[in-house]
Amino acid sequence: MNEGLLSELKKQGIFVTSLQELYNWGRLNSIWPLQFGLACCAIEMIATAASRYDLARFGGEVFRPSPRQADLIIVAGTVTKKMAPQVVRLYNQMPDPKYVIAMGACAISGGPFKQGYNVLKGIDRYIPVDVYIPGCPPRPEALLHAFMELQRKIEEQRLTGAGKADHLEASLPSEFPVPAFGEHDLQPPANPALFRPPAVERN
Amino acid sequence: MSVGFHELAEAPPRAMSSRLEGELLEVSLGPQHPSTHGVFRMNVALDGEIVRKLKPVFGYLHRNHEQIGENTSYLGSMPYTDRLDYFCSMTNNWAYALSVEKLAGIEVPERAEYLRVILAELTRLQNHTSLLGFLLSDMGAWGTPLMYAFREREKILDLFESLSGSRMMCDYMRFGGCRVDAGADWMERAEKVADGFPRFLDEFEKLITSNEILLARTQEVGRISAELAVNAGLTGPILRACGVNYDLRKVDGYGIYPRFKFRVPLGDHGDCYDRLMMRALEMRESLGILQQAFAQIPAGPVMNPKVKIRAFKPPAGEAYGRIEGPKGELGFYLISDGSANPYRYRVRPPSFINLTVLEDMCLGHTVADVMVILGSIDIVMGEVDR
Repeated sequence: MNEGLLSELKKQGIFVTSLQELYNWGRLNSIWPLQFGLACCAIEMIATAASRYDLARFGGEVFRPSPRQADLIIVAGTVTKKMAPQVVRLYNQMPDPKYVIAMGACAISGGPFKQGYNVLKGIDRYIPVDVYIPGCPPRPEALLHAFMELQRKIEEQRLTGAGKADHLEASLPSEFPVPAFGEHDLQPPANPALFRPPAVERN
Repeated sequence: MSVGFHELAEAPPRAMSSRLEGELLEVSLGPQHPSTHGVFRMNVALDGEIVRKLKPVFGYLHRNHEQIGENTSYLGSMPYTDRLDYFCSMTNNWAYALSVEKLAGIEVPERAEYLRVILAELTRLQNHTSLLGFLLSDMGAWGTPLMYAFREREKILDLFESLSGSRMMCDYMRFGGCRVDAGADWMERAEKVADGFPRFLDEFEKLITSNEILLARTQEVGRISAELAVNAGLTGPILRACGVNYDLRKVDGYGIYPRFKFRVPLGDHGDCYDRLMMRALEMRESLGILQQAFAQIPAGPVMNPKVKIRAFKPPAGEAYGRIEGPKGELGFYLISDGSANPYRYRVRPPSFINLTVLEDMCLGHTVADVMVILGSIDIVMGEVDR
């Protein structure tokens, strides 16, 4: 529809939009995060939701204790190898469409505790991450920024045609295998369908 | 099947029958639970709603703190101590600095000692404030008290940030003093925050002491005897709530605490209500210490110039430094073999040891009370699992 016709309709009190825009507008302004904290970053997550930073300004204040009602899991803190299966299971229990924010250095890569034998070196080995925020811990402003980035991402998701959103593609999985403890380590150490570290070129 | 559920899989079938008690139902609370204060898990055997057995499951946040400490230089461990009890990084820094100072026999300048006291008491204020907020939120006062608590906490975090550069992970203290000096304007702002705090406390205490629901939920809940508390090695407000007069600031007199006048609040029932009030009363005493410290703080250096904190090698030996953290006795035990890394690095975490009596507190109470009791112990998983 051309711009002139749109503005003419607006003058007559008629609002025209596409279903896709309306659907995404609704979704991005009512993201319900899972009330789930792992470590230090969880405190900053609470601070973001609390009085000064007030996540409610962005429509994300409805923290749900159950994954069945959540749209977003904020992986806030160090994921240990004992906890990783539980995090993946929580992700699997969330209904589609679902999003993941990896908050803090530990959730991204293991962070300062990377050398520890019990620390998972990044949650993106098992579940797909939408937004990464570095920091140890990231400030509440950084989490708000990640939240806004996620909203931008949702806004751009298409409902039909080529390049439509992943959760509408029936061939793509919405659940991922839960790792289990093998003899020495979590098995598998990463989900090869998800985790593709950049190849290191050596001359 | 993943590792976390092994215990449940190996346990007898879920409903364990017992003739007298009826059917017991085994429930796993956590590790993902809105009120477990992190990734803590309890295997609870329930008779209806009454807890008959409670077995804590640890290790969901085991981050190899001690092992990393043994592979890192003495200075390199300082930022890791921030992440032990992530509410109270300043007191963690102090306990670690104190044990290294004991190990190497380092003197601390006068001004640095005062700064440490000021920061430790501010930490106690913000820890107890947020604890009360969380506790009320666990009891069903969803939102409002926590919002008030975090409003006050942010004011103190602002002070920490302007002094050390970070809100939560301050990494401020060094062996032999403090990293940077606090300017006159910082002192002014800190005094202002401390002066405004009693007003908030009055409001908050009114909410606690005169609320019918809160009294019903906390009084006579999770009661333990002074004898059990001492035998289990409990420390901090939870021990004093049982009426045992043991505060390391008085008993040990570390730093310059003997110079300050303050009282140690004591409870006598050892229930959740006493533990809660202990925090509220302690905050009043902390404010008193802060006022004295602001009045007395001298000018001068904040760092002992003789200490080379980089490439630091203490003489061989061992030392145990302990302080009265907001949660209890926080101690660091170090063994040095004369090299750049400690040979043994051990943390005595208050919340882990306070957690050992959880089952004794919870037996005979309902599931809803377990959350209140757990909240009143004041645990932080970073410190419990390390």
